Amino acid sequence: MLEKINGVKYWALIGSALLLSACANTDGEVLDATPVEPAVETQEPVVAEPTEDVTSETLMEDMDTQESLDAASEASLIYFGYDRYDLSSDARTGLQAQASWLQAHSSVKVTVEGHCDERGTREYNLALGDRRANSVKNYLVALGIDPSRIHTVSYGKERPAVTGTGATSWSMNRRGYTRVN
Amino acid sequence: MRFFKLLMLAVTGLVVTLGAAQARIVVDVNRGHADPLPIAIANLLGNENDIISGGSVKSYGERIALVVKADLTRSGLFRVVDNSAFIKSGNPLTNLRNPKFNNWKAIGAQALMNGSIALQEDGRLKVEFRLWDVLGSNQMTGLRYFTSPKNWRRIAHLMSDAIYKRLTGESGYFDTRVVYISESGPATARIKRLAIMDQDGHNHVFLTNGKNLVLTPRFSPTAQEITYLSYHDDNPRVYLYNIDSGKQEILGDFPGMTFAPRFSPDGNKVIMSQAYKGNSDIYVMELSTRKIQRLTKHTAIDTSPSYSPDSRYVTFNSDRGGSQQIYVMDATGKNIKRISFGKGRYSTPVWSPRGDLIAFTRQYGGKFYIGVMRPDGSGERLLSESYLDEGPTWAPNGRVIMFFRQQPYDKQGRGGDVQLWTVDLTGYNERQMITPLDGSDPAWSPLIR
Repeated sequence: MLEKINGVKYWALIGSALLLSACANTDGEVLDATPVEPAVETQEPVVAEPTEDVTSETLMEDMDTQESLDAASEASLIYFGYDRYDLSSDARTGLQAQASWLQAHSSVKVTVEGHCDERGTREYNLALGDRRANSVKNYLVALGIDPSRIHTVSYGKERPAVTGTGATSWSMNRRGYTRVN
Repeated sequence: MRFFKLLMLAVTGLVVTLGAAQARIVVDVNRGHADPLPIAIANLLGNENDIISGGSVKSYGERIALVVKADLTRSGLFRVVDNSAFIKSGNPLTNLRNPKFNNWKAIGAQALMNGSIALQEDGRLKVEFRLWDVLGSNQMTGLRYFTSPKNWRRIAHLMSDAIYKRLTGESGYFDTRVVYISESGPATARIKRLAIMDQDGHNHVFLTNGKNLVLTPRFSPTAQEITYLSYHDDNPRVYLYNIDSGKQEILGDFPGMTFAPRFSPDGNKVIMSQAYKGNSDIYVMELSTRKIQRLTKHTAIDTSPSYSPDSRYVTFNSDRGGSQQIYVMDATGKNIKRISFGKGRYSTPVWSPRGDLIAFTRQYGGKFYIGVMRPDGSGERLLSESYLDEGPTWAPNGRVIMFFRQQPYDKQGRGGDVQLWTVDLTGYNERQMITPLDGSDPAWSPLIR
């Protein structure tokens, strides 16, 4: 994942002028989805253009975004079982991607939100959401991320991702979400 | 907010004990719903030509009678006899002290309330009423109040309380208020505001503007302060809200989230949970010194603490046994005992103001229930059942429980409404409270003094 991101950065640098003018508002998507193809197509005219007026800083700043983390890590989301706060293997894979991204974006601080479904009482769910947020944080820290970069907050059952009654809706609401500050 | 202070001050009552005799009629609060007592509530006699802000004195007399009727009807223990059945004969003023009992008997009323209202020179209202035992031809009680006209609803509730008390032997709960969370907007971006109202839904006031997410308000024993949870920049903490001043302040300087606050019975402490690094335990803060004592120390979730009315014990919710159950411990944190043993999960224990019962939320078989059990865990009874019932709070007389109920969503995504409901300790008389928007997390005030 790290290599991929660096590759992207490289192409982004040399292709910056055109990308910025053509896709200024969709940098993140273009870079992530198919980083090579468009860059190859535009390589020639870009090389011919002067690039001094575009700084790499601008691009780095762009990369420190929620969109970039979302693209790198399954929408910055991981899911939990009913009344559980342990991490499934899918959740671990997602968090490993988050950790790689965080290592590549070392100035970024994040807030990890712990969320629950509505099938629990409010106060218990606040405590459970706190457990979930800390499960995420602890794993990211174990993967080498500085704990001071990660704030945790529980939203209990107060901010469901989806409305609806039934197992599917509930499972989508039992989540940890990593938000770029 | 000075409004509330005025409400507190301006009501004075005076017992009129003219010929009060042994009552023959008694309403049994445990069986009354099956056979509600027929009671006639006459409009208070008042002068049509005395005009005050909002109408004539006579119209105030009629409005007070309407509020009394609504209170008694909502209790489920009384059937209010329709005014159109009243037999009019004789001098209304004479009838105030000498009701024609045969006329009331004839329309099936077993009890009668009558009275009068007058505007005094100082601008205050003088309101008096008498409660009569129709079959026994006796006065059961009589009270006189003096108040500023804008407190007229309180007078009505105080009268309802007096009637309820005289007829049931239990203290009333009508002169009380409810603080709760008013909800609006889609569930994924719900706007929640602290709101307060009389127990009948009137005099509704929003206390916060909805900018910050607020949850779980609870009254102090004086009903002048509220403790609740508020989010500020991803930092959920317990706050205090002063109803008189509107002032809000954070309670303590905890590194982690504080939540599930509740006052001690004397109002000097707030007991709550702190979640720190993924573990929730119970703490208590002395309000005058801000000194904090930790009561539980366990890797489990410990939350929703509630004091017994004598302050000796605390009941709380913990999953230390593997699933959510209810526990009782000494107020020092010692002698922790599990008291719930039924199937499913138990949570949100709240000690009755009478001390004899603990109300709770139970989840079992895909449903949520509100129930009660004795503090030793015996005598469990379920009072309500739905897709999601949660968060019981007691009327100060320990006879009625308010909670909130959320509807499920249908396939078209409609539903999810959240409303306040009341149910009697008997499990009868379930009623929805009317609120301007959706409502949750109700907390019933003590009797207002």
